[in-house]
Amino acid sequence: MMITLRRLLGLLSLAALLGLGGCATTGGTPGDPLEGYNRAMFGFNDGVDKAIIKPLASGYKTVMPEFARTGVTNFFANLGDLWIGLNNVLQGKVGAGVSDFGRFALNSTVGILGLFDVASNAGLEKHNEDFGQTLGRWGVGSGAYVVLPVLGASSVRDGLSLLAVDWRGDPLWYVNNIPTRNELIGVRVIDSRANLLDVSRLAEEAALDHYAYVRDAFLQRRRSLIYDGDAPPEANPAKTSETGESKDTAAGAEPESPPARLVTQWGGRVIAATDEELTPAREFSAVPAPQPVAARTEAAGVAASVYEPKIPDNHDALLVTPGAHAGFARTSLGQ
Amino acid sequence: MKLFLALSLSLFAAAAAAQGLAPDVQVKNITNEVIGIIKQDKDIQAGNHKKINDLVDAKVLPHFNFSRMTALAVGRNWPKANAAQQKALTNEFRTLLVHTYSSALSTYKNQVIEFKPLRAAAGDIDVMVRTQVKQPGTEPISIDYGMEKTPGGWKVYDVVVGGVSLVTNYRETFNAEIRTSGVDGLIKSLVNKNRSLEIQASSKSK
Repeated sequence: MMITLRRLLGLLSLAALLGLGGCATTGGTPGDPLEGYNRAMFGFNDGVDKAIIKPLASGYKTVMPEFARTGVTNFFANLGDLWIGLNNVLQGKVGAGVSDFGRFALNSTVGILGLFDVASNAGLEKHNEDFGQTLGRWGVGSGAYVVLPVLGASSVRDGLSLLAVDWRGDPLWYVNNIPTRNELIGVRVIDSRANLLDVSRLAEEAALDHYAYVRDAFLQRRRSLIYDGDAPPEANPAKTSETGESKDTAAGAEPESPPARLVTQWGGRVIAATDEELTPAREFSAVPAPQPVAARTEAAGVAASVYEPKIPDNHDALLVTPGAHAGFARTSLGQ
Repeated sequence: MKLFLALSLSLFAAAAAAQGLAPDVQVKNITNEVIGIIKQDKDIQAGNHKKINDLVDAKVLPHFNFSRMTALAVGRNWPKANAAQQKALTNEFRTLLVHTYSSALSTYKNQVIEFKPLRAAAGDIDVMVRTQVKQPGTEPISIDYGMEKTPGGWKVYDVVVGGVSLVTNYRETFNAEIRTSGVDGLIKSLVNKNRSLEIQASSKSK
């Protein structure tokens, strides 16, 4: 059951990414070319969430004592640290990667199979990495914003990374006993949704337009994550907007502007745009694409090794990788 | 009369003290004070909206610059709004932000908040004060405060949670609203939003 579901999800997501990546609907919002499809999928996901996932998560939160829930969260978080560490290494942050592997070693043993996060108390901080961030760090732009079926907010780059790559770094997919594996994945989904109950309620309360609020928060969040929380200011909207000389006018935020660029600064046609141009303010798309590469490698305590961000010629190969393996690889449902 | 004098004197002293403080010290003091109150107040922990709002009103709001926040959120359309519209926008946006902020505070559960050293030069009048909330199982979530020096002391003009600016996150929505139904349309939808939140809150507290 879970396998078919997974395949179905993967196919749906892939269809969404490929099919809709091509036909840019002229939505009202510049920078969100797939808005029509996205809004529909957002509504669908919201329905699934309200009908199934959220009630389960609420029940789980009510029934389980807090220390037990923390243990469950820690258990899955610990399994994720290996993949996070590998991505840190791929991004040139060797020190951070070693710290992640150390976390896994410490928490798996002293922390009793990861139930206790003793590593954090020992000063090894948890990180947040995935393959989409690694690509971003390598200079691959995010491409259009895409709402994936069930999995929620994503982008062309992050969605493909999630469906084609990230699940391979997820230890749960290597559990041989299928029912056990599916149960584990189910528990992880419910547990992470339970952790997001407060946040999702806050977002719903704060938003004038729930869809746009989630979209813009996702785009800001991803940009921040790629720079490890130290993103350069976006042409300082703080200064410009008050004088009325807002730079986003210049950056082509008017509706007439092309919805999304599908050309890199190297001239090749790829799946992604030149930079994180879909972030809400987008001021910085007017300036040369900011390269997150080596932005803060020193933070990891290693010498900066600069990557030449090259888009591989066979980039389209990414589009035909076995993307049918979807799965709840990502813990956040993006709702 | 004497009481009034003493009160105004003490208020003056408090204001003067706040003016002299470095922005990061100010954030630290306020955060610690507010969290101290929440930890001791069972009503707030149980989600008593009125008490949380009163706390935010008294301790937090004086340190926020809402007109700057609103201008930031509205972005390039801000100068297109006339004075009355700007005032209405600021009032409504303030109500919405205060609701969100109070709601977020009520979810506080003993998380540890760390204050990072301020990265600013001596003469800076616009700084980002960085804090981190630590919680089990996830990476620490940053809460950063964009602050500017005003004649009335340092004021917060942006709150950035996990890299998401709670202020500029509204910009696309506000732009879209203004594009389709003008500044008055945006004011109207903010009014409606606040009204529905109020109804929701009052039905919950019954």
